[in-house]
Amino acid sequence: MAILSQSEAQAILTKVLSFSKADECEASLSGNVGGNVRTARNTISTSGASDNVSLAVESRFGKRSGVATCNQFDDATLRSCVQRAEEIARLAPESPEYMPLLGPQQYVAAPESFSQRTAAINPDYRATQVAAGMQICDQQKLSSAAFLEDSAGFRAVRNSKGLQAYQQRSGVTYSVTVRTPDGTGSGYATADYNDASKLDTSALTTTAAKKAAMSREAKAIEPGKYTVIMEPAALVANTDASLLAALMGALDARSADEGRSFLSKKGGGNKKGEKLFDERVTIYSDPTNPEIADLTFSGDGRPHQKTTWIEKGVVKNLYTSRYWAQKAGIPDIPRPNGWIMEGGTQSLEDMIKGTQKGILVTRLWYIRPVDPQTLLYTGLTRDGTFYIENGKIKHPVKNFRFNESPIIMLNNLEAIGKPVRMGGNLVPPLKIRDFTFTSLSDAV
Amino acid sequence: MKRRDFVGLTGLAAGSLLLPSIPGFGSGLLVSPERLLEPGLDVALKKRLADVALNAAKSAGATYADVRIGRYLNQGIFTREKQVQNIASSESQGVGVRVIANGTWGFASTNQITDEGIAKAAQLAVAIAKANSKVQKEPVKLVPQKGYGTVSWKTPITQNAFEVPIAQKVDLLMETNAKALAGGASFVNSALFQVNEQKYFASTDGSYIDQDIHRIWPTFTVTAIDRASGKFRSRPSMSASMGLGYEYLTPSAKEKIAGPAGSDVIGYKQRYDILEDVTNATKQVKQKLTAKSVTPGKYDLVLDPHHLGLTIHESVGHPLELDRVLGYEANYAGTSFADLQWKAKNIPYGSKAVNIVADKLQPGSLGAVGYDDEGVKTKRWDLIKEGKLVDYQKIRDQAHIVGQNESDGCCYAQSWQDVQFQRMPNVSLKPGKAKLSVDDMVKGIDKGIYIAGNGSFSIDQQRYNFQFGGIVFYAIEKGKITGMLEDVAYQANTQEFWNSCAASCDESDYRLVGFFNDGKGQPSQSSAVSHGSATTRFNGVNVINTARKIG
Repeated sequence: MAILSQSEAQAILTKVLSFSKADECEASLSGNVGGNVRTARNTISTSGASDNVSLAVESRFGKRSGVATCNQFDDATLRSCVQRAEEIARLAPESPEYMPLLGPQQYVAAPESFSQRTAAINPDYRATQVAAGMQICDQQKLSSAAFLEDSAGFRAVRNSKGLQAYQQRSGVTYSVTVRTPDGTGSGYATADYNDASKLDTSALTTTAAKKAAMSREAKAIEPGKYTVIMEPAALVANTDASLLAALMGALDARSADEGRSFLSKKGGGNKKGEKLFDERVTIYSDPTNPEIADLTFSGDGRPHQKTTWIEKGVVKNLYTSRYWAQKAGIPDIPRPNGWIMEGGTQSLEDMIKGTQKGILVTRLWYIRPVDPQTLLYTGLTRDGTFYIENGKIKHPVKNFRFNESPIIMLNNLEAIGKPVRMGGNLVPPLKIRDFTFTSLSDAV
Repeated sequence: MKRRDFVGLTGLAAGSLLLPSIPGFGSGLLVSPERLLEPGLDVALKKRLADVALNAAKSAGATYADVRIGRYLNQGIFTREKQVQNIASSESQGVGVRVIANGTWGFASTNQITDEGIAKAAQLAVAIAKANSKVQKEPVKLVPQKGYGTVSWKTPITQNAFEVPIAQKVDLLMETNAKALAGGASFVNSALFQVNEQKYFASTDGSYIDQDIHRIWPTFTVTAIDRASGKFRSRPSMSASMGLGYEYLTPSAKEKIAGPAGSDVIGYKQRYDILEDVTNATKQVKQKLTAKSVTPGKYDLVLDPHHLGLTIHESVGHPLELDRVLGYEANYAGTSFADLQWKAKNIPYGSKAVNIVADKLQPGSLGAVGYDDEGVKTKRWDLIKEGKLVDYQKIRDQAHIVGQNESDGCCYAQSWQDVQFQRMPNVSLKPGKAKLSVDDMVKGIDKGIYIAGNGSFSIDQQRYNFQFGGIVFYAIEKGKITGMLEDVAYQANTQEFWNSCAASCDESDYRLVGFFNDGKGQPSQSSAVSHGSATTRFNGVNVINTARKIG
């Protein structure tokens, strides 16, 4: 039952709304089926599977609201769920941030967010995919640890003001870390797609294996300010905090207006419209982009539309709740799902060729905020850090700890490469001067 | 309708659909709060259902099986300034079945708590194990575990937080916010998290274990803004999340410990005074706006237990997880410098003042349970004795690798939906044996910094290089606290840092800090764990200044 069609989902939601006696009522259905397999030491360690569908009902009387949920779909359960939401709403205090439910919305045409091939994944497929990677490492006498996860599902919304939304989506993610048996080398690769047929676990494992072999006998070089080439996986991670995601997560209008954001201005107000980054920095979101297809509607039913967040270094838009948009008299823009950083045509290899002296960074790790005022973050390089000289990788270097702000980083741009999908976003490799490494790590 | 009537009878408001982003709430469904007081399944029924799972697994070809029938209750109350933002109550019930078939693990879970649903999950777990066994190289090997028959365990609480009227909890948070605003805070957020795990475990070893586990976490963040300069600073609460009931929020003078003279820091043991802490926080956050920026260099650090707990967690707790040592976390959380070869060489982990113990029984701790999630009775054991690494943290399928024949009982899954694996027990630094107060400790320091509370923290994937911040920092000059500092973080190598450990205050200063959401594994799961210590001195640690300019 996990993936209902649009008509099946809307039929349930229509029935739910028919049970409502509230001033306003909104019902949403979410379903998902998925599985995963994890390997380590070139063998499978754990795996599992799950599926579920759940309904949430929000009922409102005036400025009072209540929510109830269930995951059984007989009439009695649905009726009870609606009644429970109404009982809660009748007793609720009026919300000072109440906003009426949205009426009908226009959503952009659903992109290719769902793949039947991903939805059809079974335990045999998962085992076969990870086995391909393990075989490569067996042959090269390397040790791999990998994770494959897939999911397919839908989300549907309907409310008493006439709003209707429905979309299916699917996704598959694979990541692999390959280590040399002596523990002196480590490499990493990862990819994610809506359509599992694009996934090539062998190619990714080969990349990680190559990096592991190359990263043996790393040399220590002094921490300090270096020109770095950050691979996309070093800029956006799906397993940890990340520098570019931190920047995107800070583009919130309310915290900027309230004075607790790097976008807050002295004396009040925010820095929207100001040039804060290198003029080559342009970041936007576009729900119609087929490479990073995701839901075209937000959790509160607002449409996701193509939105420019930073254009030629200037902050163009901030996302906000509907309440704050109304209160502050600013555009009402939901937080985006994936986003796209515009890049050039250079591949990573081209960028390395064009570098006289620098450091190539495969991945960053344990990235944590140090100062929200300056958006300063700390973290470390990991799984493949190399010294570049005269356009070539000369030798591996020991890992570094960095203390850097994405704001400073995006003012020190040397070059931008060709974007690739990473964690549901399109992210280019970046060449950055004066990136601040503060200490060395012996970790491999 | 008065707020008290609302919060006493309901519990949900607009915005509740954001629940998945609330830490510790897992995948539970939102429910009305009164539902959280309804009893779960009868124990006799759970035993019968458990047998359905075990028999179905064996019939399908499993050589070992365990089943966890779980009911997970959560409640979170969220406020800011003068308003309740959200009260979210959730419940999640279901069954997870883990099997070994063809020498390979398989796991499946279901929310269909019926004979048919459970049997189907057991059969799916066996099917997954068999599919994976085609590419499996090393068969799973479990150390023997005796069955305990029918047993039970409950967190020794005196007041179930779910039974306290929501109105009472909201009133406390609103009073907390009012104290902050009255004290001049620009903003204040406060929250109260409560967790109850009702877990039933059975295995083909012959155990039927019923457990009722409680946790609580009151917290707030006070923010002060200087509009003229555009500067803002925050000060979160100094509470610890605890394995206690609502009694944790009953202030008690004997459970308070003052920081060094001149610091204004107050620490809490098994009882927490949120109103006192927020009053202190409001005072301190304003001081932070004008505190002196630290001069980088080597300092002797005096670390309070609320801060040091996180250091212990990252630099001792995680590196001594045997699954990490063996490489099972290599793709995500990393491996460990403290590998088996390193231990065999008997390399000092720290100075002789460093005695660190793992403990799944410690009263009030988040990790205290009677039995772990693979039916092993819990215990206390040494990890580091007088600076030497003596043991790791292990579960049943790892113990044989280090030549041991029993698990340490630290297997855990965050819910019935997730497979159990090795998680950190409570890991704590024993206090010093000699009488030593924090004032006496400070008196002996010429140039140092006293750090309280855990702030920004980061450590590499093998747990060597770390950088930790804190919540409040005070300069120590010639044996006295001389004022507040800011922009402080210290960087160290784990081994060097623990070797610089000079002394810990005595038992009277000992207390716990807890973490509700420690992430590990793929798919990532969270677990809750506590760390105890007394205030401890570390000599000659490298302190950096974290202030930057962004134009």
